[in-house]
Amino acid sequence: MLDAPVRRGDGPPSRSGRAFRARLVAALLVLVSLALITVYFRESDDGPLHAAQRIGVSVLMPFEVAGERVARPFRDAWGWTSDLLGAKDENDELRQENEELRAELIEARTTAQEYAVESRMSDYVSGPRFPTDFDPIVARIIGRPPTPYQQEVVVSAGSADGIKRNAPVVSPDGNLVGQVTDLADSTARITLITDQSSSVSAVVLETEASGVVKHGASPSSLILDRVEKDEMASAGNTVITAGWTTERFESLFPRGIPIGTVDSVGQQDVDLFKRIQIAPLADFDALSTVIVLIEKPQPEEPARPATESPRRRERENENRP
Amino acid sequence: MTGIDALKAAGLVLLAAIVQVSLAEWIEIGEAHPDVVLVTLVAISLLRGPTYGAILGFLAGLVLDTASFGTFGLTSLLLTVIGYWTGRFGEATTRSSAHPLLIAVILASAGYTLGSAVLHFMLGLSIPASQLFLAVLLPGLAFNLLLAYPLYSLCARVLPPRLVVRREVKPAV
Repeated sequence: MLDAPVRRGDGPPSRSGRAFRARLVAALLVLVSLALITVYFRESDDGPLHAAQRIGVSVLMPFEVAGERVARPFRDAWGWTSDLLGAKDENDELRQENEELRAELIEARTTAQEYAVESRMSDYVSGPRFPTDFDPIVARIIGRPPTPYQQEVVVSAGSADGIKRNAPVVSPDGNLVGQVTDLADSTARITLITDQSSSVSAVVLETEASGVVKHGASPSSLILDRVEKDEMASAGNTVITAGWTTERFESLFPRGIPIGTVDSVGQQDVDLFKRIQIAPLADFDALSTVIVLIEKPQPEEPARPATESPRRRERENENRP
Repeated sequence: MTGIDALKAAGLVLLAAIVQVSLAEWIEIGEAHPDVVLVTLVAISLLRGPTYGAILGFLAGLVLDTASFGTFGLTSLLLTVIGYWTGRFGEATTRSSAHPLLIAVILASAGYTLGSAVLHFMLGLSIPASQLFLAVLLPGLAFNLLLAYPLYSLCARVLPPRLVVRREVKPAV
């Protein structure tokens, strides 16, 4: 009896049979899928699978459109809710991003400006206009006058950097700015040529009319005073430092540093001298860097009598020869 | 597999595919969307077994690949395997496990995401693993778990679970 085969009635397929069939179907479909992937990749865009896909898209399109219309209110509601929830975070992120971008922009612009200034400075220092017997010391302006009455700036270089009192100071373009009037180890005060205490002997380049440049009516204007009435100057002429030298005295400023251009020439019968309005070439408001001119050490000269002191310097507003 | 059952199941999958491409693709957390088709397939596979799962997975994949202009056969391959495996899982654990649906959805979602990543990697498309786990797998898993019971209830209403006929084997002696 134990060896007798068990008879099974007709009914649903056995568990192992169903499992085998399922396995077979799955394996077949996996193979078909792999074949589809392979053919899809190997065929061109005009191949049968691509064409079938396009037809399928066309067939599904109405369903998708209908589904999209039905879903739109829900989608909008979801979008509105998620936008609302994410708005604060997004706002914070955008603010932070904005700050970062602003900082980067400022840094880039500052770098560009610095580069432009350095480029102009390099052109000036290596060009023919730079006085040959001077060395340049570049200094950044770190302090501006607290009141409009003081036309002075403070720079980030001092005696430790080689700067000396009364040294002339020019802009990166080589236009006259002023002179060093006070010194510390790492800073120096520069009195601008627009200051009331400043005066520079100058000449008109085109006519050789000479005079003294002083502050004008406004903080940013200059006049060329003490010009003889018979000397000529006209609007547009360039005024440069005179750079005079005598046996005992020497001007603080080397000759040829541009100061400004002639705006207008005034002359009254009762005046002894002409008064020439000058527009300064240096833009004092935009200055961020200046060049301090330091005279190169002179070669040793033979000893002179004690009464003849070597190359004494005095301020320009003292008596001219 | 009766004809009516097959038609109902195919209709459910087609409906799920349309909802997927028209609605679910617009709901997004990270880079994940609720996978209505996958959860529906899991539910039907648990209700009807591996043969249904494999065939419906293949068809659902074809529909999705067509609708999305994707690589033909890629989604079919994944969903065929997942449908078959879920059906087998249902046959093996439905009566003994406390939450077979949730376990099946978790495993199917993870398998689908990882399988998709592997296949796309083989095709030359890849994303960083951290992004795959954090932006795709985890939010997708959360979506699918939320969908699991509602979709299973719907599928069970359309395709009522079959009564299991147990054969009694009498000893020959």
